[in-house]
Amino acid sequence: MKEKKGRTWASRLVVLVPYAWLIAFFLVPFLIVLKISLSQTAMAQPPYMPVFDLSAGWVGFKDFVAGLTFENYGLLFSDSLYWSSYLRSLQIAAVSTLLLLLLGFPIAYGIARAPRRLQFPLMVLIILPFWTSFLIRVYAWINILQREGLLNETLIALGIIQEPLVWLATDTAIYIGIVYSYLPFMVLPIYATLEKLDESLLEAAADLGCPRWKAFWLVTVPLSLPGIAAGALLCFIPIVGEFVIPDLLGGSEAMMIGQTLWMEFFANRDWPVASAVAVVLLILLIVPVVIYQHMQTRELEDAR
Amino acid sequence: MRKGPTWFNLASIGLGLAFLYIPIAILVIYSFNASRLVTLWGGWSTRWYAELLNDEAMLNAAWISLRVALLSATVATVLGTLAALALVRMGRFRGRLLFSGMIYAPLILPEVIIGLALLLLFVAVEVDRGFWTVVIAHVTLTMGFVAVIVQARLLGFDQSVEEAAMDLGCPPLRTFLTVTLPLIAPAVASGWMLAFTLSLDDLVIASFTTGPGATTLPIRIYSEVRLGVKPEINAVCTIMIAVVALGVVAASLLSKLRENKPAMPVPGAV
Repeated sequence: MKEKKGRTWASRLVVLVPYAWLIAFFLVPFLIVLKISLSQTAMAQPPYMPVFDLSAGWVGFKDFVAGLTFENYGLLFSDSLYWSSYLRSLQIAAVSTLLLLLLGFPIAYGIARAPRRLQFPLMVLIILPFWTSFLIRVYAWINILQREGLLNETLIALGIIQEPLVWLATDTAIYIGIVYSYLPFMVLPIYATLEKLDESLLEAAADLGCPRWKAFWLVTVPLSLPGIAAGALLCFIPIVGEFVIPDLLGGSEAMMIGQTLWMEFFANRDWPVASAVAVVLLILLIVPVVIYQHMQTRELEDAR
Repeated sequence: MRKGPTWFNLASIGLGLAFLYIPIAILVIYSFNASRLVTLWGGWSTRWYAELLNDEAMLNAAWISLRVALLSATVATVLGTLAALALVRMGRFRGRLLFSGMIYAPLILPEVIIGLALLLLFVAVEVDRGFWTVVIAHVTLTMGFVAVIVQARLLGFDQSVEEAAMDLGCPPLRTFLTVTLPLIAPAVASGWMLAFTLSLDDLVIASFTTGPGATTLPIRIYSEVRLGVKPEINAVCTIMIAVVALGVVAASLLSKLRENKPAMPVPGAV
């Protein structure tokens, strides 16, 4: 008798209030982005046209539709600045997700094998840095990676290098910053699945003469795939649109798409192109986002 | 047979934690450096903290950020808790798929997209950008995080206590206030804290949606950081780290006292 018969006004409100907020401040803004991506740049306030004139009625609507254009999208495909930013973002996101997996899996695995009473404190230690500001954590690396920074000094003191190397403003710095910032997001879901793993399966494998590395590969890894997938999506999607890390740690020759969007918007004040960049980025991300949402919903419903 | 962690397990945990904490430790140590040159150690000093107190613009930005975070976290907690209730207790209502999509999407969508979309909305409806638009943007960003945390908690406890109260004639609203709310309170509190820190932390969305007179702390720090490393910035960052660390320690002690299994507030943990 879970469902009560009639829905009272109070229970309707429970749905309606957050729903209305999300429609007003999430859905409608995206429709506006879509609309402006089809507009033209104008020397006006707001800097785009046509502006939808409600008071002009049907004629106003027809003029509005006639004024829409796919020009901005054409630009995205013809100008190498844009598509090279997209490619670069996807490539950086893919490589960093792989690095995160290589680094995050052993950590999650190590914690899952630690004594029970230590597992929770260890997880807290992994998550704690996430609570400090993202900006601060990226900034902390500038201290370390700059020319006279601690990394170069340490390497020189150890006699590994003679001359200081350039770390800051390179892709290496971007990868370090991304891996550092997103590590908790990878460790957490993997740990969550490894922790639930049934030890007796590994024992059974060992009893039947399966070597340990093979049991790891054939039992542990396949069973932790949901965690790996969740961690990978949780990292990959936001990394594609990352702005702060490449802006502070990366070089200025090549940009990630988040930087391109930022520059189009703030420096060039070309709102229609910035919107088109956002729409295409969204289309690129829609498949992974839907998969993630599907997993999230299923996961929560399984918890019942 | 398999007992305890191997040396490989220990090494990965140790190296992982070192990787996570050494940069923060260096930042904190260098905030006490007497020398203006970041790379030169000039002995211990608190002069950069003293100098911060005279930095009117930085203090102003901190005050604005604090108010934005308090306000937006509170509204986001109310809306996020309602959203979680809607998802868990309302069964299948019309538009549920869209609803859950709109709740989860801000959790992972790149911030530049959300920031741009909200800004264009504010321009379209011709509101002046500033304090309130940042608050609205942060509520939209963070309510999903609250919803996910509260939702996990709602699914985790035995619903029959609620049914028992209702069967004994307790009206729904009172059941919620006297039975459900106390049970989900730790998750609601974690959700609020997470929303608060996310708001305090946000640079990208605030940059899009802010206006004159509403420069938040991250925007201020960012504009300084772009010009290079400065000891004052190390000091600001150290204070922020200290505040967060104290808050998290206090919260986990509190939840340890309340129950044996603390609800760790983590996005994407589910």
